[in-house]
Amino acid sequence: MIRVEGLTKYYGAHAAIRDLSFQIERGEVIGFLGLNGAGKSTTLKVLGCVLLPTSGRVTIDGFDVVTDPHEIRKRIGFLPDAPPLYDEMTVGEYLAFVAELRGVPHDHVGQRVREVEDQTALREVDGDVIASLSHGYRQRVGVAQALVHKPALVILDEPSSGLDPRQIIEMRALIRKLKGEHTILVSSHILAELSEVCDRLLVIDQGQIVAQGTEAELARRAGTEGNIEVEIRGPPAHAREALLAVKGVNSTLVVKEEGGTTLLRIEASGDMRPEIARALVKANVDLLRIDRATEKLEAVFLRLTGPKGQPS
Amino acid sequence: MSAALLIARREFAAYLRTWLGYLITAGVLAVWGVMFNAFVLGRGPLRSSEVLGSFFWVTSGLIMVVAPLFSMRLLAEERNTGTIHLLYSSPVRDGEIILGKFLACYGFFALFVLSTLYMPALIFVNGKVSLGHIAAGYLGLMLIGAASVALGVLASSLTKSQVVSAILAGCFIALLVLCWTLARVTERPLSDVFNSLALWNEHFPPFQHGVVHLRDVVYYLAVTYVALFASTRVLEARRWR
Repeated sequence: MIRVEGLTKYYGAHAAIRDLSFQIERGEVIGFLGLNGAGKSTTLKVLGCVLLPTSGRVTIDGFDVVTDPHEIRKRIGFLPDAPPLYDEMTVGEYLAFVAELRGVPHDHVGQRVREVEDQTALREVDGDVIASLSHGYRQRVGVAQALVHKPALVILDEPSSGLDPRQIIEMRALIRKLKGEHTILVSSHILAELSEVCDRLLVIDQGQIVAQGTEAELARRAGTEGNIEVEIRGPPAHAREALLAVKGVNSTLVVKEEGGTTLLRIEASGDMRPEIARALVKANVDLLRIDRATEKLEAVFLRLTGPKGQPS
Repeated sequence: MSAALLIARREFAAYLRTWLGYLITAGVLAVWGVMFNAFVLGRGPLRSSEVLGSFFWVTSGLIMVVAPLFSMRLLAEERNTGTIHLLYSSPVRDGEIILGKFLACYGFFALFVLSTLYMPALIFVNGKVSLGHIAAGYLGLMLIGAASVALGVLASSLTKSQVVSAILAGCFIALLVLCWTLARVTERPLSDVFNSLALWNEHFPPFQHGVVHLRDVVYYLAVTYVALFASTRVLEARRWR
């Protein structure tokens, strides 16, 4: 559905994004991950037909953003980093205005506004003036305006920014509900927000895509698949000795020692669970649990975008 | 409804809902009343048509001051708050955005000009002036207003700040008005060009005296069109930034 080839955008002499290429299929939920200033918003603005690219080719549904932006705009709903709200309007009036602006037939506007208000839990504030809304509600109205015309592609730039933890969970639930109905592109610099709802993540750093794939694929790419955790009974000294004797085990680390059990983290060159299990049993160590260390995406992310990150 | 009218309707409602429009209207109407007393009624015994002429003279000047204040918000505010992204990402052409903005501002401006009708009405009741003179004068006011508002739209498309927008619009209008001073210090044919470009000096006085020339009508409509066209191009160029 979206095809991006060699997308580059300069602001003056500064390249916000450089030579970006990726593809997104219909119905996918894609997380756009990057630190602030990485180029997420710029990319999304190009896809939202707000900005034109300096070079490269971007097509959505076969239409080019430079030559056919009008056709694309009919198919997208865009929430920029700051929700584009008119403070003096009420929520209902605003959504009706956006619906008509985006081409919903006049007779259907009322019904669509009601539907999207139910979807985003805004019914109760329908008559409230937008200026009087709390930040959480404003953000939700921002999402609602991107959905009101049932676009094929929904682009949400940091929909959870500034929300409290409960609102973040609600926003996540909302995005999950949208799955299937729309192709969704959602950006964030907070990983937990994306890893749960997205089919695939694009990690962007300094204007370039440094990795893409599912959370597990990213972990593999970041070289963390050789991290293994074991839980044993008794003190660690004997077990560590046995482990370090195994070829391919580089180091061991005691993570936790309490109630007679010890949690060890092992760094090995690859997924060496069988070898490690055998070695421990052979050394008469009581093995309680063995698992791949599920490294949190945060660590993967920092590794990918850090100074040692390997550009793909 | 077409996108331009949709945008115009929303914008017009915003004028009526926010305090800014009322505040400017109230302030300027107060100034207007004082000036009407001082410069129009306070000039000693005059014929009614001369009084009416002076009313249009004062009013045309005030319009050129008021237009930048009415139009400063239009696009500058949209860019400042980011709502321009809503318009940019909607299936709306840049020309429709500009036209919608212009129509809203011009509509509000028309309300404002209509609210001064009581002054010529007073002259009409107490003196002897023709309705044609009043109509011609108001046509002139609406035309010079259209040109001024369009220049205001252009200024507003160039900046994020309302204050800068108002100042820029003031400069555009002042430059066009002052073209007649350039005409005085240049030779023909250059002086003819400057003369015919002058926003007020060459084109407004006929309306003031109840005379409508087609060339003056065309001039004001042309300035309006060029300013709106330029605003559209500015909006388009912003996408390249």
